[in-house]
Amino acid sequence: MSDYLVDIKHEKLSFFTPVGEVKALNDVSIQMKEGEVLGIVGESGSGKSVTAYSLMGLTADNGKIVDGEVNFNGHRVDLMTEKEIRKIRGKEISIIFQDPMTSLNPVYTIGNQIEEAVRVHGDKTKEEARQRPRELLTLVGINEPDKRLKQYPHELSGGMRQRVMIAIALACEPKLLIADEPTTALDVTIQAQILELMNDLRRKLKMGIILITHDLGVVASMCDHIAVMYAGEIVEYGTTDDIFYEPKHEYTKGLLKSIPKFQEKEYSRLVPIEGTPVDLLNPPKGCGFAPRCDSCMKICLERKPEKMIINADGTFEDMPDETEYNGKHYSRCWLQKKEQFELQDNAKGES
Amino acid sequence: MDKKKNPLSLQLNVDDFVPATADEKESLVIMRESVGFWKDGLRRFKRNKIAMTAFTVVMIIVVLAFIVPAFYPYAYEEQVKGSERLGIMEYSAKEIQRMEAGESIFPHILGTDQNGRDYTIRVLVGARVSMTVGIVASLLILLIGSVYGAVAGYFGGKVDMVMMRIVDVLYTIPDVLIIILLAQVLKFPLQNLSNVPGFGWITALGPNMVSMFLVFALLYWVGMARIVRGQIMVLKQNEYVTAAKALGASNGRIIKRHLITNCIGTLIVTTTLQIPSSIFTESFLSFLGLGVQAPMPSLGSLASDALNGLQTYPEKLFAPAFMIFVIILSFNLLGDGLRDAFDPKMKK
Amino acid sequence: MAKYIIKRILFGVLTAFVVATLTFFIMNLVPGGPFLSEKAVTPQAQAAMEAKYGLDKPLFVQYLTYMGDILQGDMGMSLKKRGFTVNDIIRNKFPVSARLGGMAVLLSVLIGVPLGSIAAYNRGKVIDNIIIVFSTAGIAIPTFLSSTLMMYFLSVKLKLLPSLGLTTPASYIMPVLALSLYPASYISRLMRSSMLDVIGQDYMRTARAKGVSTFKSIFKHALRNAILPVVTYLGPLLAYLMTGSFIVEKIFTIPGLGHEFVSAIPSRDYPLIMGTTIFLACFIILMNVVVDIAYAFIDPRIKLK
Repeated sequence: MSDYLVDIKHEKLSFFTPVGEVKALNDVSIQMKEGEVLGIVGESGSGKSVTAYSLMGLTADNGKIVDGEVNFNGHRVDLMTEKEIRKIRGKEISIIFQDPMTSLNPVYTIGNQIEEAVRVHGDKTKEEARQRPRELLTLVGINEPDKRLKQYPHELSGGMRQRVMIAIALACEPKLLIADEPTTALDVTIQAQILELMNDLRRKLKMGIILITHDLGVVASMCDHIAVMYAGEIVEYGTTDDIFYEPKHEYTKGLLKSIPKFQEKEYSRLVPIEGTPVDLLNPPKGCGFAPRCDSCMKICLERKPEKMIINADGTFEDMPDETEYNGKHYSRCWLQKKEQFELQDNAKGES
Repeated sequence: MDKKKNPLSLQLNVDDFVPATADEKESLVIMRESVGFWKDGLRRFKRNKIAMTAFTVVMIIVVLAFIVPAFYPYAYEEQVKGSERLGIMEYSAKEIQRMEAGESIFPHILGTDQNGRDYTIRVLVGARVSMTVGIVASLLILLIGSVYGAVAGYFGGKVDMVMMRIVDVLYTIPDVLIIILLAQVLKFPLQNLSNVPGFGWITALGPNMVSMFLVFALLYWVGMARIVRGQIMVLKQNEYVTAAKALGASNGRIIKRHLITNCIGTLIVTTTLQIPSSIFTESFLSFLGLGVQAPMPSLGSLASDALNGLQTYPEKLFAPAFMIFVIILSFNLLGDGLRDAFDPKMKK
Repeated sequence: MAKYIIKRILFGVLTAFVVATLTFFIMNLVPGGPFLSEKAVTPQAQAAMEAKYGLDKPLFVQYLTYMGDILQGDMGMSLKKRGFTVNDIIRNKFPVSARLGGMAVLLSVLIGVPLGSIAAYNRGKVIDNIIIVFSTAGIAIPTFLSSTLMMYFLSVKLKLLPSLGLTTPASYIMPVLALSLYPASYISRLMRSSMLDVIGQDYMRTARAKGVSTFKSIFKHALRNAILPVVTYLGPLLAYLMTGSFIVEKIFTIPGLGHEFVSAIPSRDYPLIMGTTIFLACFIILMNVVVDIAYAFIDPRIKLK
């Protein structure tokens, strides 16, 4: 029994497709306390959504957890049957999706769809279940809730629909909300409103949030911790400050360089990360990012780097597997190993 | 500096930490083979066993219907006196006599009809007629429908509005009723037309066959037009069309070079699936006696004729029935296979 | 909503008008005009006939008279069935065809929708493959074949069912089955593909994420969306059943309107052919309008258009 809300240990997950086994997650471990906000960042196909979806058993039919443990709120999700998982879905763990335009059923009213989420876990009285959708709409900041309840999804704007999705997710006051690119499909002004709403609700309801995005700007404003994923692995993990001010992994650095900053000189250019992500059908034996990495070394192509903890004083240590490392800044890159050797050599030289 | 002795190094070598060259990086990137549209589609099609079987069956039927009759010892309109109403593999008394005299007589595999015509060749020619109608009608539909749809979709706006309203009206017309009427009356003007010099080919094909092409082409193109228009509307938004426009390409050229080539997959699939549905309608009309003219057989008219002798000669019904079933089934499966292979956007 | 319905109805009226016009001009392609029987008549008699039917007038005037008559519900007299108006024949025969067609629609939907849903839900499994095989075979058999083969095996060979007429309830079995085979197969294919499409939709994932059971998510969330293409198909299906009934009624000698229409063709009973065509066309168009309106009730998005 861990004291974490989420405790994923060495999860390996593959999709079994007609072309072969796509190794979507390769040894992913992550911890998260109650009420914490965790950001998972990475480009498409890096496994960020799969990690979160596997917490609620929502991976596609051909996706199987091959190895490892998935613990959530005292449940071993990887061992639960579909029927058992169904009982916690929507109740203890909820999700909002990227595209609010397609995530609501077009042929039922908003009220109907919220009420379903309230009723499905059947621990409310009839009267409560009838009042709840109205409350929820007010909670997510939709005006004229009575009118909206009777409307169909196509009659609402994108931002409004995402609010409805949030209302559905909050119906049973879950302990964890997974937000899968919740703002990507929305206008910039609406994005800010939705993020603000989520921040607000998190404080009110004291729930944990996993925020999945490829937009570092979005995580910066909300998250306590950030995990950067690449090719089915967490390549760097740390507090938001660690990631933004002390990025260690070359991929994280690349990501940070590719977002515009207003305080910098106007002629500084955005630097894209060249190349394309690896093909997870044939994962490389070395570091997944190596082929696109400017500082790539010979070893990077041959062997997978181990996790290295980055101490506050700038020194490094190997990460022992079983210890708790929640909160500690770590990265998975041979460069850190190299730096560690150099530091040791310097220390030897001085003594 | 001896890193090999470092306990933390885990057999790490200092050489491992020198920067890798671009070639070394390149060699590790295992990319999936990228293949072109046709090659990719063809590969997918070949892997589809059902579609390949259907394709083989279609090919066998084409050989049977179009090539075998040329070498067959009997002709479809040839009446062998004394050999009327023979059963499967039967010979008439006269033929037995001739065989005893040492002559070799080709067997009537499926027997003969009431006029002493060999039934095998009639079924084969019937299949030829049905397939010809199906294929020619589908090609006409493809031609009319894609041109109409492309024009409407490309110009958009008012042109599109008017053109598509016409399509909407035609679409809701109960087509078979109009087809029956047209099939019934078109032969008169066609007969007149065939006397006009230059239109003699109508007599060669038979006015009924020509009228069948015409009615199919006149009524069934609307579905094709809608599909093509929809495709064009989507493709039109693409940047390469804007780019071509900016370079000063003419409308005709853009339609031909960019738009038609890009919806060719859909066109092939829709046309393939149109063939069985045309054959379906043709056999229906022939069954009602509105199809091709006697003595030319079609599978529908053969089945219709067989109804009278159903009790005694059920095989006279089964043969054309089986033929129709196999032709329609294999064209449908072939079309489905082509769609899966070349047009992943269109689902079943 | 009201605007949509009015629009559909006006469109139906327009289509009916086009059909009537087409029918008139098509029939005029026949040499001598539509109202001529094949018997040799003296020129005087022919002139008298033409005068009687207004055939001596210009084509356009004839057209106006004809349309005027139709608007008043007058489709003329049958040429072959002396003493019967086309209206009489339709009134007597249509209910028989309609009953047969109605049963076939019902049966096709009741078979096709569940089969397609089951296949989609069990995609790739044995049951899916069985349903695919049968439904693919089903759309490759024209009605005249299913009718004749069924008649041969079930009544000629096994003597299980009456082969002709519609005298007993048992005699409905074969005609209805023969009529339903194609549409039931077609609907199950349609339903399978649209169900597969819907199952992959984001809102199905939302339903799962809410903790809704599989059964309920299929029934509540998938079915209503997936059935939309089937509803659209009901219009053409009706047309198919009407024309399919020509064949079925001919083979099973059922005294319906289809049988009447088919026998009117070789006997060149032009008023009856035209009248039946226009009547059936209007009926099918009307049903299409009804289907369109029903569609709007199932899919709330339609109101916007």
